[in-house]
Amino acid sequence: MTGLIIEGKTASWEVICGLEIHCQIISKSKMFSGASTHYGSDANENVSFVDAGMPGMLPTLNERCVYQAVKTGLGLNAKINKYSEFARKNYFYADLPQGYQISQFKYPIVGEGHVTVDLSDGTTKDIGIERLHIEQDAGKSIHDMAPDKSFIDLNRAGVGLMEIVTKPDFRSPEEAGAFLRKLRSIVRYLGTCDGNMDEGSMRCDVNVSVRKVGEEGYRTRCEMKNVNSVKFVMQAIENEAKRHVEVYESGGNIEQETRQFDPSTGLTKVMRKKEFAHDYRYFPEPDLLPLVLDDDYIAKVKADMVELPDAKRARFVKELGLTAYDASVICENKETADFFEKAAQGHDAKKVANWLMGDFFAMLNEKKVELKDSPVSAENLGKLVELITSNVINGKTAKDVFAIMAETGGDPEKIVEEKGLKQVTDMGAIEAIVDEVIASAPDNVAAYKAGKNNLLGWFVGQVMKKTQGKANPAIVNKMIAEKLN
Amino acid sequence: MAIDRETVRRIAFLSRLKIEDDKIADTEDEFNKILNWVEQLSEVNTDGVEPLVSVNDTNLTLRQDEVTEGNQADAVLKNAPQAQYGYFTVPKVVE
Repeated sequence: MTGLIIEGKTASWEVICGLEIHCQIISKSKMFSGASTHYGSDANENVSFVDAGMPGMLPTLNERCVYQAVKTGLGLNAKINKYSEFARKNYFYADLPQGYQISQFKYPIVGEGHVTVDLSDGTTKDIGIERLHIEQDAGKSIHDMAPDKSFIDLNRAGVGLMEIVTKPDFRSPEEAGAFLRKLRSIVRYLGTCDGNMDEGSMRCDVNVSVRKVGEEGYRTRCEMKNVNSVKFVMQAIENEAKRHVEVYESGGNIEQETRQFDPSTGLTKVMRKKEFAHDYRYFPEPDLLPLVLDDDYIAKVKADMVELPDAKRARFVKELGLTAYDASVICENKETADFFEKAAQGHDAKKVANWLMGDFFAMLNEKKVELKDSPVSAENLGKLVELITSNVINGKTAKDVFAIMAETGGDPEKIVEEKGLKQVTDMGAIEAIVDEVIASAPDNVAAYKAGKNNLLGWFVGQVMKKTQGKANPAIVNKMIAEKLN
Repeated sequence: MAIDRETVRRIAFLSRLKIEDDKIADTEDEFNKILNWVEQLSEVNTDGVEPLVSVNDTNLTLRQDEVTEGNQADAVLKNAPQAQYGYFTVPKVVE
């Protein structure tokens, strides 16, 4: 149970929240035209006459957008609708040149599904998906280039979007945060959306209401548009729910309205009241026929599915012996999971996971490089771990070798060879040094025998020094203890 | 189905059309005439008839995902009443 209960003066209140997430579809060209979806081009260079809403231009549907939507639907364990229709959502805005957005209304391409999220108390919860439909994005308005004008760039106009609507299943900010992270992980695994909330390729609308604990049905909700980070979504839910409780407890009523979340204060303010709410007057899009998919098509998309984070995590725990925590950290990001799997191949997977999450991530952080640009390759990380498990080097030496690998990108086997770092495994050689150390310090030997047990560490240190750290400290420890006792 | 004055005003607002107050009554009349004319269709019995989505009895054709257009900002902006630095410009709109 991770629900958030707000204790008011008169009652305990429960938070109810649902999310609508817009995910930009990864495709080369736009949903209804052959213009590029490339981000960062000069203004209005990726615009066709269809996108610009020129009279007489007709939309043609990009098959890739359909494929991506079906794939995402499968990733959400959702029903794929073999029949779907496009509809016009009518509204006027400067960055919507057609005066309507081609969307889906009555018949979306994907129906109900669910996503399982993992919560901090170790439990999981299924979040219901209401639907997923596809639609075109609007252009971008820039308001700060001149005092009296807005500037419009239509490069984004017509880029494909998937709008994912959840059921009102969230009972706390934590659940919503866990869902968004899981959704982002799923679409990234599938390669259907890059999931970057700060760049706007994944945008979230948050619906919040509250009700007294035990109360049936829902109260009036408020919507917050375009909240652009997981942290802000969680903040918006908490603060908006508290506002509702305050209003109700002071005898007021919540009106249905659209509110804007202000990241600098964490608070929301009213943006649009119900009487000015949009009336979209949806009707079937006359320029496009219904979209009909057959079983063969859906089976083909299914065949292209990759292993999703939940399945991968379960496999890492079961087959590779990782802890649930380590597996979930490694699996959140597909690139990390792939890197790990490559590194762990044929080596001690648990040790590889420790190195990956410890020294390796620390090194990436310190160097401020992305995983794909890591100087230490997956193969070399695996080889390093192998050198430790097969007792060629000890853990201390391994850290030094890793530091060299991080600088030079070198192969650990070669580094160990060239620098002569191999652990001394010749028991006779170690014994000779141990004897030498013992013979050279009769005072300490006497003190140790008199009960100063912590001097054992001093003896080990001397031996390690003489072997330049290449002896196995466990063996040295044991040998000295035996000789002195 | 009949339309009243408030609905006329609302539709005009949604369509961003300016209808002078002295024209509201005429517009209301016109709307109702059109609706009554279309209303005749309800005399036809359509029980058990699937809605017709298109007179073209074909399937939707899909396009391959290829970039075939673009790099024509000048052409796109050619009919714009106002443009600057490659952007359309409009009176400031901030919600």
